[in-house]
Amino acid sequence: MEIKVYSTPTCPYCKMAKEYLSSKGISFQDIDVSSDKSALEEMVRVSKQMGVPVIVIDGEVIVGFDKNRIDSLLQA
Amino acid sequence: MDKVYDLIILGAGPAGITAAVYAARKRMDFIVITLDIGGQTSWSGDIENYTGYQFITGSDLTQKFQEHMDAFGIKANMPENVKEIKKEGRLIKTITEKQAYLSKTLVVATGKRPRLLGVAGEKEFKNKGVTYCATCDGPIFKDKDVAIIGGGNSGLEAGLQMAKISPKVYIIEMGSHLTGDAVMVEKLEKASNVEIYNNTSVKKIYGDDFVKGIELERGSKVFNLDVEGVFVEAGLFPNSEFADILDKNEKQEIIIDCYNKTNIEGVFAAGDVTNVPEKQIIIACGEGSKASLAAFKHLSKLKS
Repeated sequence: MEIKVYSTPTCPYCKMAKEYLSSKGISFQDIDVSSDKSALEEMVRVSKQMGVPVIVIDGEVIVGFDKNRIDSLLQA
Repeated sequence: MDKVYDLIILGAGPAGITAAVYAARKRMDFIVITLDIGGQTSWSGDIENYTGYQFITGSDLTQKFQEHMDAFGIKANMPENVKEIKKEGRLIKTITEKQAYLSKTLVVATGKRPRLLGVAGEKEFKNKGVTYCATCDGPIFKDKDVAIIGGGNSGLEAGLQMAKISPKVYIIEMGSHLTGDAVMVEKLEKASNVEIYNNTSVKKIYGDDFVKGIELERGSKVFNLDVEGVFVEAGLFPNSEFADILDKNEKQEIIIDCYNKTNIEGVFAAGDVTNVPEKQIIIACGEGSKASLAAFKHLSKLKS
């Protein structure tokens, strides 16, 4: 399973989302869009929006810390 | 549903968390129901007026709050949205999107959320250039021109943050002058890439897939500014809609007395959601502790 979390260091929901994944023992790629311009462009392209966090689980895009959708995609 | 808690705390910002810490120390049988941890504190930038910390960021202070909860083993039901509260005989029923709970006392500490501008394009472009969390999304607008809507403290803080990374920052204030702290106003007035528009209101936010600009009105003059980011910092609105049974003031804040009592017996409220004068983290903490102690005293009375 490939998981990416696009975030900024100052965003509380990003922190919550990352902690939630970690608490489930799930490893993910942590991408800081504030310091990586091409990653930011990639995030905007895949999510068609500019808010963080964006969580991508096997190509499925979740905008915001949506626990229920994270859970259902992790189970799939 | 048969379970009856001593206390239910709604919200886990500074008020709700402090109420929870006090409740845990009193060994009350309680739960916390909340959408998040930290509330407005979690997206505050730099905090310099919380006694004991000369400087701490909102996210670090939230971490400290979380650790304090963890130390007492307090778990929050999260994210869970409260739909309604009502009286059920002598008990209080809290109905959420997931289930209903019963308790002998309730502390409402649901805080406030950003106020919407209510202009065309605002909803359409949310997260497509329009943001309500400068702390979170600010870095995404690096190298882009942005407008900050609102000249209060949170608007000025956003302005200072963006002035460091954006080529051009516009601050749009409806009133005749910026109302935030003088220290910040002075810094912004000195910044070469900041332009301040007083007596100006936003009419429209426009763009294609993302924001391209805003339409403004100043007196009889209507004009446009090209920006890719719009930071809405137009004040706050209390999260009190679910509490129809409680008396509220004209700002929709829950009315409490100096013991944090509402008009309903057993229901207390604390922090920014109430009519307490001054909305500050340190005040919300103090109010949370007062409300929790008031609930504890109320329970003792019920038992005697």
